[in-house]
Amino acid sequence: MFLINCPYCGERDQQEFKAGGEAHIERPKQPTELSDDEWAEYLFMRKNIKGVQFERWNHAHGCRKWFNMVRDTSNDEIKAIYKMGEKPPSQ
Amino acid sequence: MTKNLRVKSSEYIDETNRISFKFNGKTYHGFKGDTLASALLANDVHLVGRSFKYHRPRGIMTSGSEEPNAIVQVNPGTNRTEPNVRATEVEIYEGLEASSQNCWPSVEFDIGGINNFLSPFFPAGFYYKTFMWPASFWEKYEFFIRHSAGLGKSPTSSDPDIYDHRNVHCDVLVVGAGISGILAAKYAAKNNFKTLIVDEKNELGGSTIFENNEFNKIDNKTPSEWLKKEIEELKGIKNLEIKTRTSVAAYHQYNYLLARENLTDHLETKDKTNKIRQRLLKIRAKKVILATGALERPLIFNNNDRPGIMLSSAIKRYSEFYGVACGSKNIFFTNNDSAYESALSLYNKGIHVEAVIDIRDQSESKIVKKVEEAGIKIYWSHTIVDTAGYKRLNSVSIMKLSNDGTSVTGSKISISCDCLGVAGGWTPAVHLYTQSGSKLKFDEEKQIFLPNQNTSEQISVGSCGGDFKIDEIIKNLNQKLKDKLNIKETNLDNIKVEIDQENSKRNIWLLPSDIPLGKTKPFVDFQNDATAKDIKLALREGFRSIEHVKRYTTTGMGTDQGKLGNMHALGIIADTAGVKMGELGTTTFRPPYTPLTFGTIVGRNVGKFFDIFRKTPMNDWHVENKAEFENVGQWKRAWYYPINGENMHQAVQRESKAARESAGILDASTLGKIDIQGSDASEFLNRIYTNAWSKLAIGKCRYGLMLNEDGMVYDDGVTTRLGENHYLMTTTTGGAANVLGKLEDYLQTEWPELDVYLTSVTDHYATASLCGPNSKKILKKIISNLDLSDESFPHMSFKEAKIGNIQCRIMRISFTGEHSYEINVQASYGKDLWEKCMEAGKEFNITPYGTETMHLLRAEKGFIIVGQDTDGTMTPIDLQMDWIISKKKYDFIGKRSLYRSDTMREDRKQLVGLLTDDPNIVLEEGAQIVSELNQNPVEMLGHVTSSYFSPNLNKSIALAVVRGGKDMMGKKLFVPMENKNINVTIANPVFYDEKNERLNA
Ligand SMILES: [Zn+2]
Repeated sequence: MFLINCPYCGERDQQEFKAGGEAHIERPKQPTELSDDEWAEYLFMRKNIKGVQFERWNHAHGCRKWFNMVRDTSNDEIKAIYKMGEKPPSQ
Repeated sequence: MTKNLRVKSSEYIDETNRISFKFNGKTYHGFKGDTLASALLANDVHLVGRSFKYHRPRGIMTSGSEEPNAIVQVNPGTNRTEPNVRATEVEIYEGLEASSQNCWPSVEFDIGGINNFLSPFFPAGFYYKTFMWPASFWEKYEFFIRHSAGLGKSPTSSDPDIYDHRNVHCDVLVVGAGISGILAAKYAAKNNFKTLIVDEKNELGGSTIFENNEFNKIDNKTPSEWLKKEIEELKGIKNLEIKTRTSVAAYHQYNYLLARENLTDHLETKDKTNKIRQRLLKIRAKKVILATGALERPLIFNNNDRPGIMLSSAIKRYSEFYGVACGSKNIFFTNNDSAYESALSLYNKGIHVEAVIDIRDQSESKIVKKVEEAGIKIYWSHTIVDTAGYKRLNSVSIMKLSNDGTSVTGSKISISCDCLGVAGGWTPAVHLYTQSGSKLKFDEEKQIFLPNQNTSEQISVGSCGGDFKIDEIIKNLNQKLKDKLNIKETNLDNIKVEIDQENSKRNIWLLPSDIPLGKTKPFVDFQNDATAKDIKLALREGFRSIEHVKRYTTTGMGTDQGKLGNMHALGIIADTAGVKMGELGTTTFRPPYTPLTFGTIVGRNVGKFFDIFRKTPMNDWHVENKAEFENVGQWKRAWYYPINGENMHQAVQRESKAARESAGILDASTLGKIDIQGSDASEFLNRIYTNAWSKLAIGKCRYGLMLNEDGMVYDDGVTTRLGENHYLMTTTTGGAANVLGKLEDYLQTEWPELDVYLTSVTDHYATASLCGPNSKKILKKIISNLDLSDESFPHMSFKEAKIGNIQCRIMRISFTGEHSYEINVQASYGKDLWEKCMEAGKEFNITPYGTETMHLLRAEKGFIIVGQDTDGTMTPIDLQMDWIISKKKYDFIGKRSLYRSDTMREDRKQLVGLLTDDPNIVLEEGAQIVSELNQNPVEMLGHVTSSYFSPNLNKSIALAVVRGGKDMMGKKLFVPMENKNINVTIANPVFYDEKNERLNA
């Protein structure tokens, strides 16, 4: 059970949060201009890394804010947490 | 008359408090402070159970939570009964009853014992091999297996006890209150760390508390005396909480631990009532100090499982702590010095020790000399090759061990005895350590796994960290505390420790016998009856991974998770396969360390608190009026309102007719409601719904369909424009929370530039939906000053009004196709509103209807229910709802996906109406639809999603999804059922009032 440091509320138990998948996948600004393959790339393809992964999390049962997390999926170490729109820390 | 083996009073046993208890129906006596195991041993009872597979007689082996054999059913036949309890952990109280498990008809004479003689037919993997096929026999196999297995009985009536959960936050959590745990807790608390120390036993002090070995001294006192003073001091320290009878079950990441605190199990039944029995502590600790100690290893030799064969350390604990002799003629069998402490302890109490059998060739320590001086015969370089005694050990046979330890030589000596203490060295209890995700390393010299790489703020101190001698323990503990807790100095800096113990140990995982291995029974996992033979067989059959061998042989898979024998299993695998232990790795230790009761896990979330229901403000009215309820998401919704003994069908037919002929009323409070405000609210709705919103006038309502980015229908509902920058969105009942989450996601992560604020107001409003040709007249009676003309208040519009002093929002919208109004008031006025409607509607025979009638009425109109007629694979085009997709908007969620090659396929499943040729046959929802009856395999075209008998049309109607159904209007198809094939025809899904004339009726 992780202890997650919500950038708005502070440390809270994992059960207050919802994981939201891989981070930094921007919704295309002009979807209609994309080919089927390009759209499918955005829609379906995710890395699912074993190791350091950038992910989105939501403080669903708290402030409802979304934020980003850098987590090592092999040992669940949370390496960094930062707000939406902020630059990801360099690896 | 049984023998009394109580040897000498112990300060932990209150001999003035005599307690009677029953075991297997027979009454025994013990004293306050005894465990069930110590009290039975004092009565010379060793035989307490039968083993799992072979039903071999088994006795008490240990004195703690690692016990594999002495597993009992406590208070059988009562509602407090509990199976799989370790007799070594049960504290006796007046009136306690316990019985053996896994035996029938009795532990003394057990039918299943025949398995022991059939054992050549029960090799490793027996169950896998034998019961695999034919599959149709499985039911018979299962009956047989379940009857011969029987690990205890679960209670048949509800648990009378109360269980509790508590969140605990501390700076330092110390697990285990032996010498290292006590010292760690003391210095942590004294240095201003908020500290909690827990121990599974009822007394602090671990095994040091009865360590009276005269050759070990701390500051010139015996370890026992010295520790008692430390414990006294501990009790006065502020910042420190001590919890005994508290066992840590799980150690999760980020120093989150679960512990079970036992509060009443040791009390008499009359004192248990109305008290919390067990409490689950959910602990978040900044730092964790593991002081979980070490478990003594048994030795693996032929017939090493007879009642009377115990761990040497357990014999010492029973003698020193409980004042009980486990036998009157004792032998010890060892590969290290610790058996000599046990031997001396018995000797000092006047209990006869016949011999010590040592597989080493010598030891120089003082304690060994002392044992020799006491006249106890020591057989150096000898091993036990066999034991005898069916229900109680009566002798052992020993032979000289070869130099390489793989065979025996010379002649066999038989020594009679009634108790054998085995000492195979010590295994650090690293179970919790590995649960935390931390990694172990194998120490080839000490032949133990030791903590290596910590994943969280934690240290392992004392013997669980690999320090077994008091001087090492204190020295290393002192340093670790200083490093981890930043402590400058401690009183341990100048402590004087004298010790006498040799490190010398000879490790042989499987001891040889003169009998060939195939004919011996060297048990590795006592609870699951796995022998060294089974492990070797698994290797011969090609299993290599330790995890596979474990599952195939069931080694380590009992309720004790093989705490005693796991290391030997690894050792035997390593030796046989010729690899190093370190390369083999260990099996995974999983929580819980010891089993938890279901009560502890669920805590107070039982009965009506098990799964909390949401109720609408009108709920009491529905209950008073005998509604039947259905669960929708977390909500309890009125399903139908039977009168005069109606069944569901009759009630729904009546309600449905009344709603169309005069007036009906539905509690629609559960619909999700989201208040949307901000200068970009219109733009936001444009992006999330498929249709256009910018031109919706203030005071108007519009139906919207929401897609996922993959183009599939996600939710739907009516949204009303309350003001220039203010909307009220409704969602489906079940989808409310997810829709809000999804909207927040897009707002916060994709379009943060939009000025939009979302607030869930589902619980803030109660909604009564008034429908039918007389709904207007009823509303007029309630709110006389409101203009209800079609000009002023047309379909799909909204008005604010007052009922008396109560502010309300009225939407003229319809999910039934009838002229209807949804009246929203503040939740607290919900029941009042409902009653006013019922009162005003009396003259029109207003009929309350539930969700079933609502579903029927909307199906007559061909309106979809998201989640019933859709399943996450339906696009709006599949639903034949092309009209709701704006052609003008550049983008909305899911738009691009509607033009993917897959979503544009002509042969996708599409929503159609379905009519049975016989109008009286009602299709089953979920039934499959085919076009050919004689095909094999038959091709499924689709399935029925909604089906009802329509009282208003006097025929059955259905909605279905059918491959390419859009172009199949009028086509004849079949719905094959178990006993008949139903002829059906594809029809327009709008069955009733196709021109929507009734909306303005
Ligand atoms: Zn938060």
